Amino acid sequence: MATTGVMRPGHIQLRVLDIDESVEFYKNMLGLVETGRDAQGRVYFKAWDERDHNSVILRQADRAGMDLMGFKVKDRATLEQFDKDLQAYGVATERIPAGELLETGERVRFTTPTGHVMELYADKTDVGNGQPYTNPDPWIPAAEHGIAPHRFDHCLLYGPNIEENLKLFTEVLGFHLVERILMEDGEALLATFISCSHKAHDLAFVCHPEPGRLHHLSFLLGSWEQVLRAADIMSMNKVSIDIGPTRHGVTRGTTIYAFDPSGNRFETFCGGYETYPDHQPLTWTFDEVGTGIFYHDRKLNDRFLGVVT
Amino acid sequence: MERLPRSIAATPAEGEQAALGAARREAEATAAARTYFAVTVADTGEAFRCGEHETLLAGMERLGKCGIPVGCRGGGCGVCKVRIESGAFCARAMSREHVSAEEEGAGIVLACRVKPLSDIRLAVLGKMKKKVCA
Repeated sequence: MATTGVMRPGHIQLRVLDIDESVEFYKNMLGLVETGRDAQGRVYFKAWDERDHNSVILRQADRAGMDLMGFKVKDRATLEQFDKDLQAYGVATERIPAGELLETGERVRFTTPTGHVMELYADKTDVGNGQPYTNPDPWIPAAEHGIAPHRFDHCLLYGPNIEENLKLFTEVLGFHLVERILMEDGEALLATFISCSHKAHDLAFVCHPEPGRLHHLSFLLGSWEQVLRAADIMSMNKVSIDIGPTRHGVTRGTTIYAFDPSGNRFETFCGGYETYPDHQPLTWTFDEVGTGIFYHDRKLNDRFLGVVT
Repeated sequence: MERLPRSIAATPAEGEQAALGAARREAEATAAARTYFAVTVADTGEAFRCGEHETLLAGMERLGKCGIPVGCRGGGCGVCKVRIESGAFCARAMSREHVSAEEEGAGIVLACRVKPLSDIRLAVLGKMKKKVCA
């Protein structure tokens, strides 16, 4: 599929309880590259293999969770069109001026039916991945510092109205449904996994009464061996591990989940499969939801399902 | 800073081995000198030993005990909310979404952000209480 329209998740702004402790964690345990700090005290990071200036932004606050998530769109004309399309669909939008986030162009902000603040933007400074654009090597020393994921990959978010939310993302923003989990009645949606690209998911939502919750943000690794290495680094540093290493039934990814020092869950994962918009969605029934979520345990996990920020 | 990331990249040069050995002996001596307190979960009667260097939740989990629901372990999710009925403690910042300043003043805290300064008796308030105490 040609990647047009919304191209990929581009940034996430997280609330943390102690900025210094969190910077240390994201920089040296997770192994992101710090790229800047702004006048508000926000700290900017990117994964080593990402080219744009920032993908993870930390803000000190009195509660944990996600402030917002941003998606990069193909160009400014696309950004203008999405703003019109969102408004025509009945979604209020707001313009955030260029530079409000470091090295990032103007953003179009809106709130999803699940209560999450989302942004679209067309411009973010290309700072490269540490390699030249001519005759590059395959990796750099930063690729071995800490867990060192390749990129910020996707989020799983919890909130209400996920049917309405699915319509917004598929009918206005050009995502396609890749997998879904059904409720006990066999009709209502418990969870949706949607893609704007070839990836098995760029976003996922789970039905939940409280709006705007973060279940996890996810970082891509290159191999199952690196998932195991990530688990080792987490234990070396006494990181709060949630579950894993294991495999998902949904998307087939291999994974380990853990929590940052403020209790925001993150995933470091590898694999999954590639999707196209003509692929029919995969469906998981409620009685197999345990298998869908954790393919080896094959049962529901209260903490994984119930703990969010 | 409680969780200093450990360098995983480098193998120490030979000259550094002696220093590492000294650091390990010092760490072991520090561990031996730690003070431990008794923590009692009023709801279940479960009791466990918890060091002054670790949180109530970490102490419970390390010994394979249960009684306090375990969530994110980082002060963000509110699952391990407890009321300290007796005892002294010190607390780190915890999400105001789950513990208000008034509550914190009244000894209502998240067990993952609190270290004991004396024996502690606590009652479980967290939303997953039923699942843990059943």
